[in-house]
Amino acid sequence: MTALAAPASPRAPKRRKSTEGRDAWLLVLPALLPVMLFSVYPLVYGVLLGFTDAEAGLNAETHFNGFDNYTALAGNELFWNSFKIGLIWAFAVTILQFLASLGLALLLNLDLRLRWLARTLALIPWAMPPVIIAIMWQLMLNPNYGPVNRTLASLGLPSSINWLGESAIALPVVIVVGVWAGMPQTTVTLLAGLQSVPAELNEAAAIDGASTWRRFWHVTLPALRPIITAITTLDLIWNFNSFALVFVLTAGGPGGTTMLPSLFAYNEAFRYGNFGYAAAMGNVMVVLIGAFLILYLRAQMRSRNS
Amino acid sequence: MTRSMRNPVARPLQYLALLAYMCFLAFPLVFLLTTAFKTDREIRSPDPSFLPRSLNFDNFTAAIERADLFQAAANSLLTAVTTTVIVTAVSLPAAYALVRFRTRLRAVATGWILLSQVFPFILIIIPLFLLLKDIGLVNTLLGLVLVYAVWALPFALWMLQGYVSAIPVELEEASAVDGAGRFKTLVKIVLPLLAPGLVATSLFTFINSWNEFFFALVLIQDPDMQTLPLALARFVGAEGQVQLGPLAAAALIACVPSLVFFMLIQKRLTAGLLSGAVKG
Repeated sequence: MTALAAPASPRAPKRRKSTEGRDAWLLVLPALLPVMLFSVYPLVYGVLLGFTDAEAGLNAETHFNGFDNYTALAGNELFWNSFKIGLIWAFAVTILQFLASLGLALLLNLDLRLRWLARTLALIPWAMPPVIIAIMWQLMLNPNYGPVNRTLASLGLPSSINWLGESAIALPVVIVVGVWAGMPQTTVTLLAGLQSVPAELNEAAAIDGASTWRRFWHVTLPALRPIITAITTLDLIWNFNSFALVFVLTAGGPGGTTMLPSLFAYNEAFRYGNFGYAAAMGNVMVVLIGAFLILYLRAQMRSRNS
Repeated sequence: MTRSMRNPVARPLQYLALLAYMCFLAFPLVFLLTTAFKTDREIRSPDPSFLPRSLNFDNFTAAIERADLFQAAANSLLTAVTTTVIVTAVSLPAAYALVRFRTRLRAVATGWILLSQVFPFILIIIPLFLLLKDIGLVNTLLGLVLVYAVWALPFALWMLQGYVSAIPVELEEASAVDGAGRFKTLVKIVLPLLAPGLVATSLFTFINSWNEFFFALVLIQDPDMQTLPLALARFVGAEGQVQLGPLAAAALIACVPSLVFFMLIQKRLTAGLLSGAVKG
């Protein structure tokens, strides 16, 4: 995807402007039409549904009900609890993922032996579908036969822990799996960033007598800053909206302790059939996350400019 | 990087840290692999060995012989291949046009890709479900293909645009000067140069639809129509006593396309291929 950074618009072959425009539209239309019909239109429709009482079922009539859904949501403790779980999950996974990936990227950027093998292995979680990741970790964490409990047993530690079934520990355990699943993308991005930090900067700092730590803090990290902002922002959005991994791992249980908002809204829509109410939840999620992202990105811009 | 050359303690510590990372990242897959070759008795034995005692393929045959899994894999394959063909056919001319003719569409397309990431899927899936129900495409693979194609299109466009703009426009101009028509230029000059990018884009599209779960979960209820991720997720849920061996084997089989894909592109991924994506 170097591709993505390719220089914009080389000179177009000289032709008359009008035919050019028509050709362009003709070529783009087959892509544009389905996207308009099946992604732009549903999205607008979905946002609007959040202001209706739409329900599943053949005979249900739909009416606009203004902000009724939102006043109902404001008093829905289960939803806010789920929202809180979603925030804990998204922030914990994003932050831990970032720290773990930064460490790994720094190591992979060193001139270590077997680096090629490590770089290949580091991609494994990325190459696995979320459903398979969930199944695999279920096997890993199986209270009776899983290697995690068996290792604990052989060390003489308590080993009958039901990792995914105990409400006190299910969320942290799921967060660890989330970190595992998302590490490659973050690592690869940070590694690419590290490789683009000019080596001369570090060498100059070394000649000036800066310690390894000071060079990392004052040279490498500032140079990485734009990439860190970009990847943590994306990670946060992806994590907050993630569904399949936790849905298969715990389905929101035990006792709703891992009920991410995406799972909560899914249940509301497709188990209870309250389409309008579920869409309203989606609207609340996108507004709150959008507001947070704007604040975060603005703070990042400001500190970069100063 | 020579930063820790002077410190003799640092090197072993770095190897140790790297080893810990590798164990964390690779162990689950290694475990899945060994489980797939173990007999049920071995898996449940109170005194397990890490490696299977013998290499038996019973779990794989058991997984393949399960009619529902086989059907699901066939459904997944059909869906993913059709999606890939459609997306490639539609995005190739569009990507070319977006790059070569300056239009505002390019910015709009990029904006749409970014925007569509922020919206929770629940906002998209309810209207899509209603829309597909109206035209009778719920519970059909065709409906699924439609949804996958639409959601893969913006990204495929984005990827392909990059590959197109890497082709020097002078080549096309030279061909035009030599008297070749626009269509001939496209086929003879642009297409061969685009081939690697086209392969990468279509592989990416294939993997994404092969792995997709959420849309399939909502849009497919008929067991005969379910895709592999759906079948595997239900494989776990439905039975009280899950057969761990066949499950591990089936999960491994489901991973094969993406594992192969990542092996093919891993050099380019770790060589900083993505740096452009973030800075761009």
